Amino acid sequence: MLGRISRVLLAPGVAAVMAILIAAIALLISRNNPFTAFSAMWDNISNAESVVLIINRAVPYYVSGVAVAIGFKMNLFNIGANGQYLLAALIAAWAGAQVNLPAPLHVTFILMVAVIVGAAWASIAAILKVTRNVNEVISTIMLNFIATGIVAFLLTEQFRERESGSLVAQTPTLPPSARLPHLDWLVTWTGVDLGNARLLGFLPIAIAIGVAYHLLLNRSRFGFELRLSGLNPEAARAAGVNPKAMIAKTIILSGAIAGLIGMHSLLADPQFYKYGDQFPRMLGFTGISLALLGRNHPAGVAAAALVWAMIERATQPLSRIGIPQEIGVIMQGAFLLTAIIAYEVVKRRNDANAAARAAAMSQTVTSAGPPHTAQLPGGGS
Amino acid sequence: MSVWHKILHQPRYRMMVFALIGVISMSVGRVVSDNSDLTSGGTFGVALRTAAPIALAGLAGLFAERSGTVNIGLEGMMVMGTIFAGWWGWQYGPWMAILGGIIGGMLAGLLMSVATTTFGVNHIVAGFAINILAPGVARFMANELFTGVPGGSVTSSPGNSSPMGRFTMPFTSGGDLFGWSSPNLLKGLEDRGWFILSDLAGAGRGLTTNISYDVLLTIVIFAGATYILWRTPFGLRLRAAGERPAAADSLGVSVVKMRYIGLAISGGLAGMGGAVLVLFANRYQEQQVAGRGFLGLATLIFGNWRPAGIAVGAGLFGYAQGITLRTNPDQVVRALLLAAAVALGLSAIWMLASRNFRAMGFVALIAIAMFWAYFVTERPNNQLVFVTPYVVTLVAVSVGAQRLRPPAEEGIPWFKGQL
Repeated sequence: MLGRISRVLLAPGVAAVMAILIAAIALLISRNNPFTAFSAMWDNISNAESVVLIINRAVPYYVSGVAVAIGFKMNLFNIGANGQYLLAALIAAWAGAQVNLPAPLHVTFILMVAVIVGAAWASIAAILKVTRNVNEVISTIMLNFIATGIVAFLLTEQFRERESGSLVAQTPTLPPSARLPHLDWLVTWTGVDLGNARLLGFLPIAIAIGVAYHLLLNRSRFGFELRLSGLNPEAARAAGVNPKAMIAKTIILSGAIAGLIGMHSLLADPQFYKYGDQFPRMLGFTGISLALLGRNHPAGVAAAALVWAMIERATQPLSRIGIPQEIGVIMQGAFLLTAIIAYEVVKRRNDANAAARAAAMSQTVTSAGPPHTAQLPGGGS
Repeated sequence: MSVWHKILHQPRYRMMVFALIGVISMSVGRVVSDNSDLTSGGTFGVALRTAAPIALAGLAGLFAERSGTVNIGLEGMMVMGTIFAGWWGWQYGPWMAILGGIIGGMLAGLLMSVATTTFGVNHIVAGFAINILAPGVARFMANELFTGVPGGSVTSSPGNSSPMGRFTMPFTSGGDLFGWSSPNLLKGLEDRGWFILSDLAGAGRGLTTNISYDVLLTIVIFAGATYILWRTPFGLRLRAAGERPAAADSLGVSVVKMRYIGLAISGGLAGMGGAVLVLFANRYQEQQVAGRGFLGLATLIFGNWRPAGIAVGAGLFGYAQGITLRTNPDQVVRALLLAAAVALGLSAIWMLASRNFRAMGFVALIAIAMFWAYFVTERPNNQLVFVTPYVVTLVAVSVGAQRLRPPAEEGIPWFKGQL
């Protein structure tokens, strides 16, 4: 067990050390003291208030990471999560403001709209892939730009609220029945003081998404077929899995979850409760980084989301003491790049070890059996 | 073989027919909508300017993918180009801005190659990581270099120390010749407003008037790169690394070296694209690249991994972006809508003649929709105009996916000794 944990953590551990080293070098080049910077970063995250803020920040990241990871599990690169969630958040924000429902129904209605819009937008890429064999990377990149244009058009021309006479384009604010209450009581009953921080109410839904992803992947037939198609498409086809149906289902499912990425901000964050020009715009791309870092594993993606949010929380106040806060983005980028390289190196080493073991086994078989059975597994491509 | 059969089936003649359709429909669009700006020299001048960075990005993608690496990181490499160009342009002037852009992009390209070529990381993943890393590095550098400097900030450089020189062709466009200002023949022709002739004159004048040297350099590099890729032994080796790495290796070509060189050139060209953007705005600005790397990738696919196709794609996208920078962009866009509708209508007739009925129905349907859009819209929404290049690419890729032929083994990590 311990061996397994250390094997899993080896690559990200090496990557983390490398990222810190690179950040330290960048700080040295820019004539800052790395030790001052890192101790200031630690001070920024080592209190209860910060922990809550980190969790709040990590929640939409996690949803985004899971949405992307589902596609990755089948070697489908859904770069389009960003367009899917922006369109879904805008339309859900507008639709939610048009209806009047009791609280649980209202929230459910908005979530449903978001899921449907996200899935519908992703289905364009699915249809193009299945019927016209268009690579999903290309189609989702294009669909991201198109979605951004449509969102800007809809927001300025159609969904803009005009009653308040606001100069910025934004949808009407959602009524209290459409908001998720905060969860401070989860922390405060232990006597911990949260200061001004609020534990926002989307957290349980994000956890539910993670659990559902785990169950779907590891306990359902669909999940088995999905993993099989990702690992070995030929074997999957031979086992009776329809590859086209699998591709379409996976992309659409990924889009459906992507639709929920913006719901944390829309339903649970007092800063918003509406779609406006301040609404976060890049969460879908963050999700790609997190799915890569977390190796598409439900817990791995969660850990990656927390690390991502932690880096951001730690570095944001740095400029107050004269250290560039941009060091955070450098750390994230360096972490991602070194992690994907480290994963690849570890994977190749394991593959080589496995091949060597198999070769050794077939050697012993060969010495007893006829010579033509001596064949390297995995040879040829 | 009859002349008619020749025109119908030979690619060269087909291209000429489509070019003719383009010219006629632009002219019709200008005359009917009474908007001379649709084909004015000024419009084509701006279009060339906005097309240059896209063309460089497309060419950058070509070098990477022909050598076997799918390059999603073009966007990040352009970002690295803009920050270095903004820095060196401010310190040492416009020519050093170009050099700085090339170096900045090349660094990003080599970094990506370490991941993809040496370690065999999935190309999409590595390119994506470059796109995440580059804006962070750029922001960090901008903070170090430009904050606290007069006119500079974390999002913008103080501006280039001097402007890039410009060139105007003598006689045709009224350029100076040893201090004597020559006549401007094309301008005279353009002002007549004659059908087709004046439109061509406008295009000619736009492409020869007040062209900044970096754009001229782009054109030269584009032609040179095409020559290198298809007419030199080095180009053959580079392309072999993308088509059949194992075969290339067996003939003594170092695939690893070719893929490193391919990504270095790719990064350099993308970085130069960033420098051209910096020279256009006269300064580095954050988020200046704004998707042009992806647009370059789109021209690469749209152009079927060929330089001529990339040039056509970059021209179209550059024109679509350029008209949004003109005064009264919505009116130009409306005129363009009509021109596009005419062009698609003529193409539909052409497809009818070549008995391609399914494609004809599809194209005719879009043409009718565009005619309808022209008549109902008074002023088209700018946001929707910006998405046109992406829609065009998506349609082109989905209609032509079967005809597109990317390099055979691009995107597959290769190690020495592997089949």
